[in-house]
Amino acid sequence: MSELHAQTVPFVRDSMLPQELPPASQRGAVKWVRENLFSGPMNTILTVLSLLVVFLILQSSLPWWLNSVWNANSLAECRAAVQAMAGEGATGACWAVIRERWHQFMFGFYPRGLYWRPVLAFALLFVALAPVLFGDNARKRMILLACVAVALVLALIGVGTDLAHVSFAIVAMAAILAVSHLAPARLIWATLLFPAVGFFLLWGGSVWGPIGVLMGFGVLVAVYRLLLPMLGVVMGTALGFLAACVWWLMIQTHVTTVLHNLMPWGLEAIDSDQFGGFLLAFTIGVTAIAASLPLGILLALGRRSDMFLIKTLSVGFIEFIRGVPLITMLFTASLLLQYFLPPQTNFDLILRVIILVTLFASAYIAEVVRGGLAALPRGQYEAADALGLDYWKAQRHIIMPQALKISIPGIVSSFIGLFKDTTLVAFVGLLDPLKGVTAIVRADINWKGIYWEPYIFVGTIFFLICFGMSRYSMYLEKKLKTDHR
Amino acid sequence: MNETIDRPIDTSHMQVSDEVAIQISQMNKWYGTFHVLRDINMTVQRGERIVICGPSGSGKSTLIRCINRLEEHQAGQIVVDGTELTSDLKNIDKVRSEVGMVFQHFNLFPHLTILENCTLAPIWVRKTPKKEAEEVAMHFLRKVKIPEQANKYPGQLSGGQQQRVAIARSLCMKPRIMLFDEPTSALDPEMIKEVLDTMIALAEEGMTMLCVTHEMGFAQAVANRVIFMDQGQIVEQNEPREFFNNPKSDRTKLFLSQILGH
Ligand SMILES: Nc1ncnc2c1ncn2[C@@H]1O[C@H](COP(=O)(O)OP(=O)(O)O)[C@@H](O)[C@H]1O
Ligand SMILES: [Mg+2]
Repeated sequence: MSELHAQTVPFVRDSMLPQELPPASQRGAVKWVRENLFSGPMNTILTVLSLLVVFLILQSSLPWWLNSVWNANSLAECRAAVQAMAGEGATGACWAVIRERWHQFMFGFYPRGLYWRPVLAFALLFVALAPVLFGDNARKRMILLACVAVALVLALIGVGTDLAHVSFAIVAMAAILAVSHLAPARLIWATLLFPAVGFFLLWGGSVWGPIGVLMGFGVLVAVYRLLLPMLGVVMGTALGFLAACVWWLMIQTHVTTVLHNLMPWGLEAIDSDQFGGFLLAFTIGVTAIAASLPLGILLALGRRSDMFLIKTLSVGFIEFIRGVPLITMLFTASLLLQYFLPPQTNFDLILRVIILVTLFASAYIAEVVRGGLAALPRGQYEAADALGLDYWKAQRHIIMPQALKISIPGIVSSFIGLFKDTTLVAFVGLLDPLKGVTAIVRADINWKGIYWEPYIFVGTIFFLICFGMSRYSMYLEKKLKTDHR
Repeated sequence: MNETIDRPIDTSHMQVSDEVAIQISQMNKWYGTFHVLRDINMTVQRGERIVICGPSGSGKSTLIRCINRLEEHQAGQIVVDGTELTSDLKNIDKVRSEVGMVFQHFNLFPHLTILENCTLAPIWVRKTPKKEAEEVAMHFLRKVKIPEQANKYPGQLSGGQQQRVAIARSLCMKPRIMLFDEPTSALDPEMIKEVLDTMIALAEEGMTMLCVTHEMGFAQAVANRVIFMDQGQIVEQNEPREFFNNPKSDRTKLFLSQILGH
């Protein structure tokens, strides 16, 4: 440039050139199509072949989708309606089965009049998740909560809830929105209390049962606070946990019985075998996801520990669990676990399944987290040590935030896998949405012979949930990206 | 000799007290069967500025990492500020809270802002209230001349700035002794000066410093004593002028001729 300039001095530009668009073949859709679809002979052939496949799929399935029937009382009626609509030999989807049986896909055999309880519990799940998902983003959190509130009211009306419970839900959500706006930090209480509230809503029974369990945690904290100055963190936690166990196993039932006799408050108790459909999938999936993450982290730390016994136990546990199919574990839950427990303990089947699914998932999470831990440079540990942070503080503030961030994709993959695996509980006789409920629907004389529609319906819901988790994980990765590499 | 130190440093007012800051006697360390530190004896007075140099692999890093127990020694004694380093965790915590360390690769926490990097340890180890910790942190960030970067992340800063943050982060714990392990070795030449200036300012305030470095200009200007190590042993130590102008041992002469490019 400068040489050119040197040869043509003197030179003065008298009119400035305006900005111009690139040539038509170099911009917009034309450029995109050329670069992405027809960039070479091989690519062109592949594009044409793909278009052909898409065309064939659409050609064979589109009429089926277009001829959907929503109003019918049996498969035969559906078929008649399709014939009437599209002529002899036409095929069509019969969504009427979903319209008639959606409640079984959602709730199994949960009593119809009590649908408000699982619906409310589901809404509160998002309230509990709000501080975790969007803890530092007040706007997103408020949007989420507002959406939950609206969806909750609509859903409650949709499942035919009486006015009293709808108004109760409106008041509750209004209170939660107010707390989220005025004192966001307090919202964490909703998260901490959710397990007890959710359990109470789903299974019902005396209100004092869940309160008794919560009081156990109160005992733990009280003992910990009392002993902390004298014995330190580890001993304080251990003795607090011991005291809480004593409370749960030996004292709680007496206290709650007395309280229940004085104040017999509660909800109608629902048996575990009335659970089914997505209610069951969510109960198992959400609990196992929430419990397997901390357990997995502890196992990963155990596996990297210097203490021989802890390390060996962690490795043994992880390798054993990963070597055994989940179905085996589920059979263990339904048959064997009963033998190991004291006689007469009637240990709920769903609870047993949750425990084993949690153990199963935690082994995988542990390996994913271990990968994250291994990716951290040694300097991070050394800097933490040099600043005087002890092991747990270093883990909490330095190591885990980074290791978990690295592990997010793997952890979410495990969660998605876990959620889909909840359908395997069909093998121990629980009513999962995919096989359990569908089998029941198809056993009905009216719907005998239907197969695509229920599976597509259930599959779509699974897809939406898993896709949502995957998108959230991408959002989280982007938000936490601070290394500016 | 070194163009990065461009002003005369007045060390006359830097008092060295009689008080002993670090006492190392008959210390030995092995990595497996490899005898990495052999019979180290060394006394550091409070306010002393010591530069440790020597060829790569001679055990310099290992020696200063033993002082805050990032590495464990197997024989002999290390006493820091009257506290002997044993496997007793209480002593280790006590020593670590009095000794700051700056690493070759900075080791800042990439997921925290500069300010959070500086306040983390005061808040969680010293239990300083957050507000006060932030004030202290800003004070030291001003001192290392990067207060305006407080809310950025380490990844957004240049190497020299990161190393100054690392120094500020250590200072926030109000240590009585500072250890530096080749603080300028990972830096581009134009950034070395800003870090050395920070260290000189620290020396002028009377901080007890042990510094592994090959910046001989810094050693001449600031150190009271230069220690030369080779093969895990202290081969020679002297005050800087004598050390550079009149080295006694052949190893030292060889090392100096290599490093100074004579
Ligand atoms: N963790 C370790 N395990 C085994 N050998 C090590 C370890 N760290 C350092 N060494 C060895 O110890 C010797 C001294 O290392 P170091 O103190 O880092 O030397 P310097 O800092 O003087 O270059 C070197 O030979 C090195 O290979
Ligand atoms: Mg070194």
